[in-house]
Amino acid sequence: MSNNNIREQIVKNTRNKSNMFERIIPIILLLITFVSVVATIGILYTLISQSFEFFSRVPITDFLTSTTWQPYVGDGEWGIWALIMGTMKIVVIAAIIAIPIGLGAAIYLSEYATDRVRRIIKPILEILAGIPTVVYGFFAINFVNPILQSIYDGFGLYNAVSAGLVVGIMIIPMIASLSEDAMSSVPQAMREGSLGMGATRLETAFRVVVPAAFSGIIASFVLAISRAIGETMIVSIAAGSTPNASFDVTEPLQTMTGFIVQITSGDAAFGTNLYYSLFAVGMSLFVMTLIMNIISAWLTKRFREEY
Amino acid sequence: MTELKNINVKENTVGSQVTTKDSPIIQTNKEVVFEAKNFNLWYGDNHALQDINLTFHENDINAIIGPSGCGKSTFVKSMNRMTELVPIVRTEGSIDFRGDDIFTSGMSVEELRTRVGMVFQKPNPFPKSIYDNVAYGPRVHGIKKKSILDEVVEKSLRGASIWDEVKDRLNDNAYGLSGGQQQRICIARTLAVEPEVILMDEPTSALDPISTTKIEDLMQEIKKDYSIIIVTHNMQQAARVSDRTSFFYQGYVVESDDTKVIFENPSDKRTEDYVSGRFG
Amino acid sequence: MTLIDKDIIAKKRNGRQSKNTILKWLFFLCTMFGLIVLIMLIVDTLMDGWSRLNLDFLTSFNSSRAEQAGFFGAIIGSLWLMLVTAPVAIILSIGTALYLEEYAPKNKFTEFIKINISNLAGVPSVVFGLLGLAMFARALQLGNSVLAAGLTLALMILPVIVVASQEAIRTVPASVREASIGMGATKWQTVSRIILPAAIPGIVTGVILALSRALGETAPLVVIGVPTTLLVTPSSVLDSFQAMPMQIYSWVKMPNEEFQYVAAAGIIVMLVVLLLMNSAAIFIRNKFSKRY
Repeated sequence: MSNNNIREQIVKNTRNKSNMFERIIPIILLLITFVSVVATIGILYTLISQSFEFFSRVPITDFLTSTTWQPYVGDGEWGIWALIMGTMKIVVIAAIIAIPIGLGAAIYLSEYATDRVRRIIKPILEILAGIPTVVYGFFAINFVNPILQSIYDGFGLYNAVSAGLVVGIMIIPMIASLSEDAMSSVPQAMREGSLGMGATRLETAFRVVVPAAFSGIIASFVLAISRAIGETMIVSIAAGSTPNASFDVTEPLQTMTGFIVQITSGDAAFGTNLYYSLFAVGMSLFVMTLIMNIISAWLTKRFREEY
Repeated sequence: MTELKNINVKENTVGSQVTTKDSPIIQTNKEVVFEAKNFNLWYGDNHALQDINLTFHENDINAIIGPSGCGKSTFVKSMNRMTELVPIVRTEGSIDFRGDDIFTSGMSVEELRTRVGMVFQKPNPFPKSIYDNVAYGPRVHGIKKKSILDEVVEKSLRGASIWDEVKDRLNDNAYGLSGGQQQRICIARTLAVEPEVILMDEPTSALDPISTTKIEDLMQEIKKDYSIIIVTHNMQQAARVSDRTSFFYQGYVVESDDTKVIFENPSDKRTEDYVSGRFG
Repeated sequence: MTLIDKDIIAKKRNGRQSKNTILKWLFFLCTMFGLIVLIMLIVDTLMDGWSRLNLDFLTSFNSSRAEQAGFFGAIIGSLWLMLVTAPVAIILSIGTALYLEEYAPKNKFTEFIKINISNLAGVPSVVFGLLGLAMFARALQLGNSVLAAGLTLALMILPVIVVASQEAIRTVPASVREASIGMGATKWQTVSRIILPAAIPGIVTGVILALSRALGETAPLVVIGVPTTLLVTPSSVLDSFQAMPMQIYSWVKMPNEEFQYVAAAGIIVMLVVLLLMNSAAIFIRNKFSKRY
C-alpha cells in the first residue's frame, strides 16, 4: 500500500535531514545584524577620533564659547555658536510654520475626514515626504524667495526665512502623519463619551483626543525638529554660507550642515584644521539630533504604554 | 474494572502484541501509542500540569475535556513538543510515544511532529494555494516528485472530505475558502504527511454547526487509520465522537475512562458536575 | 431647582457649532496645504524645465555651457549607485529583520540592537556622509567611487528597510508559524517557505521607498566628493561617477541663471523616476495588504 510507502519515506527523510544548515543560518543572520552595530561604532569612532584631532589643535573652550566662526582668517576662529545660531534660526522658522499646519492636518485627518478623504490624502503626504531635499532647495531659491523679496525688499538672495519656510514645508508630512497615528490610537470609546454628551468634534478633539495623545504628538514635533536640524540641502542652497550669530532673519547665514557641505564641496585638504573641523561640527550635529531622537523615542514609548 | 485496566496498561507498555491478544479484555487488542507518566509542566512559576498519567490507544478517538485554563491544550501541545516554542516552559516526567520518551529518546522534534500531526483551534492555512498548502508537508520532508505530490494531495483532500469542493480550484489561495473548508484543508495538510497520531486542539471552536458536523463525521472516517486526540470544550462533541474521555481540572487529570462511563457513570463528583453542566 | 440652565446652554450651542465648522475648514486647509505646495512645486519646476527637456538632455553629458548641459552621465551614474546600494541594503536589512523577529532571544543585547537601529534611523544623512568620507573614501581608499557612495547610502537606508521588514514579518500570524512547525518543518524551512513569502509584499514596499530615498539623497554624495563634470560613465564599481541629485545641486548653485532651467529639467526627470517608484510601492501595498 502506498500509504506506508509515503510515511516511511517521509520519516526516513526526516531522519537524514542535515542539521548543519539549521545551525548555521542563525549565526549568519546574527553576523548580518551586527553590521548595524558596526555602522554605529563606525560613526562614533569617526566623529570622536577626528574631533579629538581637531581639539588637539583648537581649544575646545574656544569651540564651545565663541560666537565667531571664521575658518579662513589666519588660523581660523572656531566658535560653533555661530553655526548653531544659524541652525536654530532655521529650526524656529520651520517649527513656526510646520507645527500648527501639521497638527491642523493631523486633527482633520483623524477627527473629521472620512475614510475616503484619508485614503486620498495620506499618499499625497507620503509623496511630499518623498521629495528629495535638493528639489526643495531649488523650490526655496527659485519660487519662495522671489515671492518673499516682492513682499519685503530687505530679503537678500540667501536668507533664513526662505530656507526656514521650506524646511518647515518639508517636515509638515512627518508631523501630520505621526501626530495622526498618535491621535488615531486614542480609543474610540473616549471620543464617543465626549460626543455622546453633545460636545462638538472640535471640543472633543481639543479636550479629549489631543490631551490623550499629547506625548505622542510632542514626540512627533521633537522628531521633526531633529530632522530640521539635520536638514542639509535646503539650507546649503537657500540660506547662504555666512556664519553669524545674529538674530536677523533677512541676512544670509550658515548652519552646521551647510558648513559641512560647503567645505566638502571644495577645499577640505586632508590634514588641515578645516578638514578636522568637519568632524567636530558633525559631532555637535550628531549629539544634538541624538538627544532629540532619544527624547522622542522616550515620549513615544510612554504614549504607547498608556494605550 | 479500574484495576483490570491498569494491568492491561502495564502489559501494553511492554509492547507485546501476543499478550494483549490473549487478554480477555476487548480494549487490549489496541496498541498503546502515547503514555504520559508523572508528567509535570510549568510556565515560569505556574504549575500548569501536575502528575499527569494517561494512556492513549491506537485507532481510538480520545477526548480531553475540562474548563478553560485546566491545562488540556497545554497537555496536547506537549505531546508533539509544541510547548517548547514558549521559552519559559519547563517539564518533568515523561511522555512515551510508542514506548520511547519523546523528550529524551533522541528522536528529533521534526520527526516527532511528522509522526504526530496537529490541527489547531482556528483554521490556519498558509497564504498559498490549496495545492501548495497540502503539498507543504511532503515537500519540506523531501518529497519533490510532481506525480507523487499530485497523488498525495488528492488522497489527502479526499481523506479530509473536501476534494469534491476544491478539485477545480487547487491553485486558488486557501484564504478564499470558508472557515469550515479552511479547517478541512488544514486537516488534509496534516494527513498529507501520514502521521500516526493526530492531535486536535478544539478544531471546531471557530466553526459553524454544519462545518462542525462535517469535521466530526470526518474524524469517524479517519480513525481507522489514525489515533486521534481531541481537546474540546464542547461536552456534546466529546460524547458524540470519542471512545475515551479524560477530564482535566486545574492541571490534574480527575478521571479518564470510556466515554460512556464518564458521561453516564462518572466516579468523581467534579466530573459529574462538569459533564452535567454545573460549571465550566 | 436645577443646577443647569438649559436656556443658556441652548443659546451657546450655536456659537459652539459655528466655531466647530470654521475650524473644521481651517484644519482642512492645513491638510490641503501640502497638496497646494506640491502643485506649486511641480508647476514651477515644469515651467522652468520644460523648454530644456528633450532627448538631447537625456542623452548628452554635462557641459559648462548651459545650453549643452545634459543629464546622461547622472542618470547612468545613479543607476550604478543603485546597483550597489540595493543588494547590499536588501541583504543586510532583511537578514537583520529576520534575526530580530525570528531568532533573537529576548534579552538586553537584542534590546540594545533594536535601540541602536532606531537611533541610526535618526542620524542626519550628512553625518553618514562623514562616515563614508572617513571610512570608505579615505580608510578603505575607495575614493569617490560608486562603491564608496553605494555602501554609504546602503547603511543610511538600512534602518528604514529593517523597520519595514520587521513590521511585514510581524503581520504573519503566529498560528501560521505553528502550523508549519507542527508539521515537523524546521525553523529555517518555516522562515524561508512560509514567513518570507508572506512578508514579501510589505518588504518590497519598504525597499522601494527606501531606495527612492537613497536615489534622491544629495548630502552624503557631496561630502564624499562625487564629481559633477565627468564625461564618461563608470565601467566598474570602483570608478567615480555622477548622480542625479548631485548634478542638480551643482546646477542650482551655478551663478548663471540659464542653469536654473537645466536644474529644473533634471528635477523633472528625477521626480518622474521617484514618482514611478513610489506608485509601485503604494500599488503593491494596497494590492497585498489585509490578507489575514
